[in-house]
Amino acid sequence: MPKKLQTQSSIALSQSTNDMKGAGVKILRKKYRDPQHLHPVVNTIISVLLGILAIMCIFPFFYVIIISFTSEESIVRNGFQLFPKDWSIDAYHYLWGMKAQFFRSYGVTIFITIVGTIISVFMITFYAYAISRPQFKYRRFFTFLAFFTMLFSGGLVPTYIVVTQFLGLKNTIWALILPLAMNAFYIIIMRTFFLKSVSESILESARIDGASEWRIFFQIIFPLSLPGIATIALFSTLGYWNDWFTALLYIDEPNLVPLQSLLMKIEANLEFMRQNMDVAIMQSSLFDTIPQESAKMAMVVIATLPIAVSYPFFQKYFISGLTIGGVKE
Amino acid sequence: MKKILSDIYKNRIWLLMVLPGTIWLLLFSYLPMFGQVLAFKKFRIHPDGFFASVINSEWVGWENFEYLFSTSDAWIITRNTLVYNIIFIVVGLIAAVATAIMLSELVNKKLSKVYQTSILFPHFISWVIGSYFVFTFLSTDHGLLNHVLSWFHIDPISWYSESKYWPFILVFMALWKGVGYGSIVYLASIVGIDRAYYEAAMIDGASKWKQIKHVTLPMLKPLMIILTIMNIGRIFNSDFGLFYQVPRDSGALYSVTNVIDTFVYRGLMNLGDIGMSTAAGLYQSAVGFTLVMITNYIVRKVDDESALF
Repeated sequence: MPKKLQTQSSIALSQSTNDMKGAGVKILRKKYRDPQHLHPVVNTIISVLLGILAIMCIFPFFYVIIISFTSEESIVRNGFQLFPKDWSIDAYHYLWGMKAQFFRSYGVTIFITIVGTIISVFMITFYAYAISRPQFKYRRFFTFLAFFTMLFSGGLVPTYIVVTQFLGLKNTIWALILPLAMNAFYIIIMRTFFLKSVSESILESARIDGASEWRIFFQIIFPLSLPGIATIALFSTLGYWNDWFTALLYIDEPNLVPLQSLLMKIEANLEFMRQNMDVAIMQSSLFDTIPQESAKMAMVVIATLPIAVSYPFFQKYFISGLTIGGVKE
Repeated sequence: MKKILSDIYKNRIWLLMVLPGTIWLLLFSYLPMFGQVLAFKKFRIHPDGFFASVINSEWVGWENFEYLFSTSDAWIITRNTLVYNIIFIVVGLIAAVATAIMLSELVNKKLSKVYQTSILFPHFISWVIGSYFVFTFLSTDHGLLNHVLSWFHIDPISWYSESKYWPFILVFMALWKGVGYGSIVYLASIVGIDRAYYEAAMIDGASKWKQIKHVTLPMLKPLMIILTIMNIGRIFNSDFGLFYQVPRDSGALYSVTNVIDTFVYRGLMNLGDIGMSTAAGLYQSAVGFTLVMITNYIVRKVDDESALF
C-alpha cells in the first residue's frame, strides 16, 4: 500500500514537472533496462575501485603483522618483505622478556579507558539531559556555556599551565583521564538525542506517580537512551584507548605511560626495557641480534589487535551514532 | 533576590545534574581561556599558585606577537596550516561524497558492507600506529617503496629528510585516515533519502548519472555545507598527530610539516617559551573564532536552513 502511494505521488511529481508525452514509453524502456541497478560494467569498475581503496586501508596492518614475524636477519638483508623466507617469532619472544613494562602500560591504558569512559558518560549524559528539559529554567545559559567552547578554545599552553600548575595533575593518572572526560560536541549530540527520543508525556506520567527526577533519569531515561549513550561511550572508549597526546604532555613517569605512548617512544623504550629484562631470557640468549625492527612491529600488532578484532562488531553502533544527533537544533 | 534563590531551589535537581560538567568546563575550558591573557604577559611562576602567577606576570603588550610575527616561522606555519586544510577540505569532501555514492550504488550490498568495514579501519587507529604503518613503506633501509624503486634501478630515497615529497604524503595520509569516516557520514544521509525521488526521476527517464546529479547531490547539499562550515571554522587547527607523528618529528621536514599546533607544542615543550607559544595559540583561537562566525553569517544570509546556528 505505501509503495503504491509512493509510485502514485512520484508519477504525480513527474507529471507536474515534465511533459506527459512519451512518459509511458520511457517507463517501459527504463523498466526493461532495470534502472534500479547500475550497468554491469560500471558496477564492476566501481567494485574494483572500492576494492583497491578497501585494501589500501587494511593492507598496512597485515604488512606490519608479516614484518613482526620476519627474522631480524632477513630484515637487515632484504628489508621489509611481503613474503619473507625466514619467519621467526623472536620479536614476540623478545617482547615477552619485557612483559613487566608491557603489562604495566596495557594496565594503564585499560584503567584510563574504563574509568574515563564511565566518568565521561555520566558527566555528558547528566549535562545533556538537564539542558534538554524545558523545566530547567537556566537551560539556555548552560547550553551556551558548552557550545561556546566549541567556537573558542583555551589553547594548548594555558590548558597545560592550568593542568600542571593549578590542578597539579602532572605525572598522575588523572592527567590522562580528566582532560578528555568532556567534550562540548558530545554534549550537543546527546542533547539533540534526548530532545528527539524522550517524550515529555512519559515523564509527566512518571511524575504524577510520584517518581523523583533522579529515579526518572535512572529508570526511564537511561534505558530509553541506551543507543545514544552506547555511542558516546564508544567514542569515549576509542578516545582513551588511542590517546597519546595527553601522555606526551603530562606524563614522564614510566609507571604511568599508556600503551600508545610506550609505542611512540619505542626506540628509547626498547633500550630502557632491555636493561630491565628478565635475566632468564637474557641468559638463554636465543637472539644473535636484537630483533629491533620486528619487535617494534610486534608491539604495533599487539597494540592494534584489540581494536582490529573488535571494531567490526561495534562499527554498527558507531555508524548509528553518526546519525543520532545532528548538531542543529 | 528571594526570587532568584527560590528559582535556584526549584531548579536544584537540574543544577545538580549540570554541576560536574560545569566544573569541568570551567576548569578545562574557561580557565584556559582566561589564561590566554598570558599572550600579553611575560610569564613568571609565582609561589602563590596559578592565579598569582597569571596576575603578577608583567604586562608586555603586543611584544609576544611582535616576536612571533618577526620570525619566518609565523608565515610558514600559517601558510602550511591554511594550505593543507584547504586541500583537505576540498579533496576530502570530493573523496568522501564520491566514495559514499559508489558504496550506495554498489549492486552487491554484502560487498558494500565489507568495503565499509575496511575503509573505516584507519579511523579507529591512532597516528602513533599510523606513523609505523607509513614507516614500513618509507624506511630508507628496509621500506617497501625503496625496495620497489630498486627494481627500476632508482637509488633509495631517504624519505624522512626530503621535504619535497611530504605535501603529497601528508595529503595522502589525511585522506587514508579520513575518507572512511567521511563517506560513512554521507552514506548514512544517502540511505535516508526518500526512494520516491529516485522513482520520480526514473519515470522521467533520468539515467543513473542524472539521478545522482539531480537527486543525490542536492539532497546531500545541506550536510556538505554544515560539515564544510565546521571544517572552515577549524581551518586554523590541525590534526596534531598527522603533522607530528607521521613525519616522525623530523627536523629536516619542518618547512612543510610545521603547522600552528606543532609550533605551539614545540614552543612550549622544547623551548619553554610560554609567552610566544600562548600568543601563537591565541592567534589560532581568535582567527578560528572569527572565521566560523563569518562563514556562518554568510551561510545564514544565503540559505538560512543550512546555517550552523
